[in-house]
Amino acid sequence: MTTTVTSHRTRPPAQPSSLRARRLPGYAAPAIAVAALALSAVIVYGTDIGGPVLVVVLGAILYLAGLFAAANAVEGRRSARNRTWSALIHSAFVLAVLPLVSVVWTLVSKGAERFDANFFQTSMNNIGARDPNGGAYHAIVGTLEQVGFATLITVPLGVLCAIYIVEYGRGKFAFAIRFFVDVMTGIPSIVSGLFVLAFWVLVVSPWFNDGRPSFSGFAAALALSVLMLPTIVRSTEEMLRLVPAPLREGAYALGIPKWKTILRVVVPTALPGIVTGVMLAIARAAGETAPVLLVAGGGAAINTNPFENNQSSLSLFVYQQAGDASKYAPARAWTAALTLVALVLILTIAAKLLARRNRLSR
Amino acid sequence: MGETPHRSADAGTGGTRVTQSHEWPAGASARVAEAPVSTRSPGGDGLGGGGALPRSRKFGAERAFRGLTLAAGTAVLVIIAAIAIFLIAKAVPALRANTENFWSYEGWSPNETQPKFGIGTLAFGTVLSAALALLMAVPVALGIALYLSHYAPRRLGTALGFLVDLLAAVPSVVFGLWGRDIFINPVRDFSVWLNEYFGWLPIFGGDGPFGKSIMLGALVLAIMVLPIITSLSREVFLQTPTANEEAALALGATRWEMLRTAVLPYGRPGIIAAVMLGLGRALGETIALALTLGITFGISFNLIQNGGNTIAANIANAFGEANETGRGALIASGLVLFTITLIVNITARAIIYRRREFTESAA
Repeated sequence: MTTTVTSHRTRPPAQPSSLRARRLPGYAAPAIAVAALALSAVIVYGTDIGGPVLVVVLGAILYLAGLFAAANAVEGRRSARNRTWSALIHSAFVLAVLPLVSVVWTLVSKGAERFDANFFQTSMNNIGARDPNGGAYHAIVGTLEQVGFATLITVPLGVLCAIYIVEYGRGKFAFAIRFFVDVMTGIPSIVSGLFVLAFWVLVVSPWFNDGRPSFSGFAAALALSVLMLPTIVRSTEEMLRLVPAPLREGAYALGIPKWKTILRVVVPTALPGIVTGVMLAIARAAGETAPVLLVAGGGAAINTNPFENNQSSLSLFVYQQAGDASKYAPARAWTAALTLVALVLILTIAAKLLARRNRLSR
Repeated sequence: MGETPHRSADAGTGGTRVTQSHEWPAGASARVAEAPVSTRSPGGDGLGGGGALPRSRKFGAERAFRGLTLAAGTAVLVIIAAIAIFLIAKAVPALRANTENFWSYEGWSPNETQPKFGIGTLAFGTVLSAALALLMAVPVALGIALYLSHYAPRRLGTALGFLVDLLAAVPSVVFGLWGRDIFINPVRDFSVWLNEYFGWLPIFGGDGPFGKSIMLGALVLAIMVLPIITSLSREVFLQTPTANEEAALALGATRWEMLRTAVLPYGRPGIIAAVMLGLGRALGETIALALTLGITFGISFNLIQNGGNTIAANIANAFGEANETGRGALIASGLVLFTITLIVNITARAIIYRRREFTESAA
């Protein structure tokens, strides 16, 4: 303690230094880091057990240990814990950013290779293993039609269901519906695909198709709507709950029946939030592969009729090209993946921006 | 509208417990107003207004609309029931045709004249890969969530939180493709290294080839569930009452002690729910695992040798060449997956519902 007192005597201290806890100097942490890296490099290259990656990993562990020891000696155990956990939390962040940056980088650099007009104007019809061309036009058509039909099915159903939960339902039954909507959120996409396979493709579609089961884009739309429904119900429900009661009361006071109040006052007020939820659901559905694989079958040709014959989708196109042995297939897969991610991200960002402008924010 | 009560509609509509325990809850105006239109009979000794109120009609727009919404609500229950019914109906014939034990047979060849298939190895692979993924993802996700909510500068935290939400929306097939084409190289190097120095551990043993292993699948899965868990637990951490945090700091707690004593206990139900939802996602993940696992049948704890399979990945891989029994067998395996995820989800939801304040964030 005497040393600190003498060192402070040169300039007038703002407060008596004996009241301050002793702290590690600012240069301590970087110094420990450099020492840890150097030590780890010596260990790793000295014993020849690995490369630069191991140096960094071992260095990080040594740094944590060294930081704990130094802080423990100078500042005490509690502060040492604080510093170590803080370093751990920061390194968790760095650890997670690395793969995600790699995903984005790969997506952009590999996807740009075939990101040309030809890719968006042609299908995979008559494209052999040696053809460098081929595109995803049919897949984009499929994605748009399937997601469009799924939205047409889900939005009325989901909004009405949410209205029931919020405005009409009470007691055990409404609680059960609310609970099972939540449970439905977790149904795996492949199970919804199997359900539509067992229900629509194998049982219902033979009636329209001379007794033979038939894949179709509409079946994929059904499977996607099973996945979209809970998302839309939940977001609509939350938005309806945020509509201020005085709005309803004002309408009731004017003698407007309840159904008209809901349709003319409550739903329009909550509309931006509802649209946000719908867009997020669409974004999620557009990226689903498994249900489309099971019930739409996929196909190489352009098929604009969603009710007959196989249809592809962007995500399924990515999966199929990934499994293709042609040396041109990976480039097509990555470009389709880039297109898909761009589509999904544009929808998501638009939805989030819309949510920010929403007056009914929490 | 500055004075509008916050969430005023809750009391009258959603919070069932509140409405049941009080005759006239604060926000029950909806119910009061609805009465004159549909339920009160004219001239009854109910509220004021008496005979001047319009008569209730049997087939009015009000009833039609109410019936419509009720039908939409019931549709949810019908869909869940229909999923179970149709899966069972299509699975039973295949299970009857199975010549081996469905639970214990190690292999999947339902398309032959003597169909043989068993769920044991697939269920094992599903649970193993999901558990490993969570083991790796949860600590990191909680770390990021704490960083975003309590360490990062506020604006940076909000921006990065937005980014995390975006990452949760990236389709799984993209992660699968990345795992198979790019991420496999460092994982293979790491596997070889582990095998060389830790080969005496059974989980890192074997003679190769390495790469398309449970470890790659679980790592890709971990990267995929990371944004989901992070985004949910970040919201829960942000909900911690400032008074609790400030009280801890005022008592002289360091930042970590404040997190440990004020933030983490408060967020525990939310964390559990986030982890369970991540588990549900990991169990049901299909395409990413179909692309990254080595697809073998057999129960092995070896993490780094080519191999591994899950129920969902097997459905995606085997569906192409499945005949009728094959499809039934795949549907039977889907039924098992449905049951597992249903149990996980119901447990998660039951935990969330016990602390209702978290229901809004855990959508």
